[in-house]
Amino acid sequence: MKVIELVKVNKVYDMGAEVQVQALKDISISIERGEYVAIMGPSGSGKTTLMNILGCLDTPTSGLYLFDGTNVSEMDDNDLAKIRNQGIGFVFQTFNLIPRSDALHNVELPLIYSGVPVSERKERARSTLEMVGLGERIHHKPNELSGGQRQRVAIARALINNPSIILADEPTGNLDSKTGDEIMIFFEELHAKGNTIILVTHEEYIAEHAKRIIRIKDGMVESDLPIERNGKVKVSHPAEQVKA
Amino acid sequence: MTFGAEFKEGFKLSFAALNANKIRAVLTMLGIIIGIVSVTLMGAAITGLGKAFDASISSIGADVLYVQKWPWMSHDEWWKFRNRRDLEIGYADKIRRDATLFAAVAPVVGRLGTIKYGNRTANNVQVQGTTADLVYVSNMNFKEGRFFTDVESRGDRPLAVVGTDVADQLFPNQDPVGKMIKVNGLPFRIIGVRSKQGSFLGMFSLDNQVIIPIGQFQNIYGTHFHPTIEARVSDPKNMDNATEELRGIMRKIRGLSPSQEDDFSINQQDLLTNAFNKIAGIIGGVGIFVTALSLFVGGIGIMNIMFVSVTERTKEIGIRKALGAKRRTILIQFLIESSLICLGGGLIGLAFSYPLSMLVDKFLPTAMPISLAFIGILLSLAVGVVSGIIPASRASKLDPVEALRYE
Repeated sequence: MKVIELVKVNKVYDMGAEVQVQALKDISISIERGEYVAIMGPSGSGKTTLMNILGCLDTPTSGLYLFDGTNVSEMDDNDLAKIRNQGIGFVFQTFNLIPRSDALHNVELPLIYSGVPVSERKERARSTLEMVGLGERIHHKPNELSGGQRQRVAIARALINNPSIILADEPTGNLDSKTGDEIMIFFEELHAKGNTIILVTHEEYIAEHAKRIIRIKDGMVESDLPIERNGKVKVSHPAEQVKA
Repeated sequence: MTFGAEFKEGFKLSFAALNANKIRAVLTMLGIIIGIVSVTLMGAAITGLGKAFDASISSIGADVLYVQKWPWMSHDEWWKFRNRRDLEIGYADKIRRDATLFAAVAPVVGRLGTIKYGNRTANNVQVQGTTADLVYVSNMNFKEGRFFTDVESRGDRPLAVVGTDVADQLFPNQDPVGKMIKVNGLPFRIIGVRSKQGSFLGMFSLDNQVIIPIGQFQNIYGTHFHPTIEARVSDPKNMDNATEELRGIMRKIRGLSPSQEDDFSINQQDLLTNAFNKIAGIIGGVGIFVTALSLFVGGIGIMNIMFVSVTERTKEIGIRKALGAKRRTILIQFLIESSLICLGGGLIGLAFSYPLSMLVDKFLPTAMPISLAFIGILLSLAVGVVSGIIPASRASKLDPVEALRYE
């Protein structure tokens, strides 16, 4: 079952003075439930724009975006907020935790916005934090946690509402390589449990954790290839790429 | 997300945000504190003055006309009235004889005198001479005893009715009724003590008073005192007709031809009430304008700091939006924050202005009713909402992508 389907999605930014920048050109991608996909591309390629659209933080200028079968390309702010709240778990490069709130409250936030009652909310947040190995640190503020721990709080926050996809934007970008590896192993475990993960990165070795790599260049899909288990890219015929 | 949960979360967040910037919050509150203190103090002063005036004016009956040489309120020059003829005590009887719309008429003369009982002395007492009718003209109440009767007053018996101040001063631990006092050296027997009337606008006491028959007054002080003729209207609804009747009678007594102007004044409570209301209105208007201005300035301070707060937390707003916060959620959060600052300021302001109003009461009659405190709280809340709405709405409309990128 497709969790994400983009059909000929375009994004044009109006820079004023009649200057327009086309960040995405006719992007068509589909992602099945349970996939582990990496989106790669150099800066300026449009991968951030693509991620924003996939994450329902932004809407396409034209084209169709079906999320879990729902057309989200023309939704308003509030409906998008609801999709983000219940369908998408974000993991950011800079963790993006609320600095004044402790780990528990940070993880609770999506549940607060979806109106889950207090007792259930606390319980779920606590058990999710335990799952990411932070059961002992639920009342620590972000500045009292290490980078790896902060990212795990962010992952717990992303998981708490059982989202359809986990959207991770350079999740290891602010971590040392050892901690980064731990986080990547964690993602693999999540994938093994059946979660759909979309990883946005420009690091080849990070992208190789995924099962499929979509490369973006100049606002277009350059390639969309599965990865073999040993990490080598399957060579496919250019004609097949066009079909995909 | 339910409204209640949004509210609760908004409160928590606002407390945390204010807690993180205590000094800023307090400084911002200061504007509102000053505003609320001035609004409530001004309100208390106006209410207090009004109350004091009402209490004072009640000693001047609403249904009593006062015939005097001088008008109470006039825009004319004083010398126009100076040359008027003086009133005579005998007018009272003439008016009583001819009037149909009046219940009672009494002449009243007065001056300051000294009252003695044994070795105790009361100075600067208002000594009034009148007839038995005064008790029907004024709404006179007695703590003890009675007023003198018509027979007693016509017979110029040496009897006296005293105010509570005089009674307290001369008879600290005794019953004054039946005691002999000396008014300017002449003996009088006390037959009554009036109930407490309070002070006139907090300036002088109405209870420092002795009332004696008018003939006795003339015995003591001479006959050159000119009376005020006080006349109570039978039907208060008929004030205008009664005033006209009284004017006609007075003109007849004075023998004025139709072309001549009145050479007397008929005064009534309305004149004072109207004048007071006018002055109170002006004071109130100016006061409210000035104090509203101070609240307005406080509100601008709040708005300013809320803009800073929104800008500072742009990233946080982006995170919250990414996690599913709706516009309304963000709007409520910031509105609660600005309202909390203002409400806090309002409550602190009230905590200051209440004791301050007590202090001011020593110089100026002041009263702070509960309703004023409520108005103060509502006003501060209103300032919070009004000054918070623009920054909060800006926050709620932030684009999540832009906000997340903000450093």
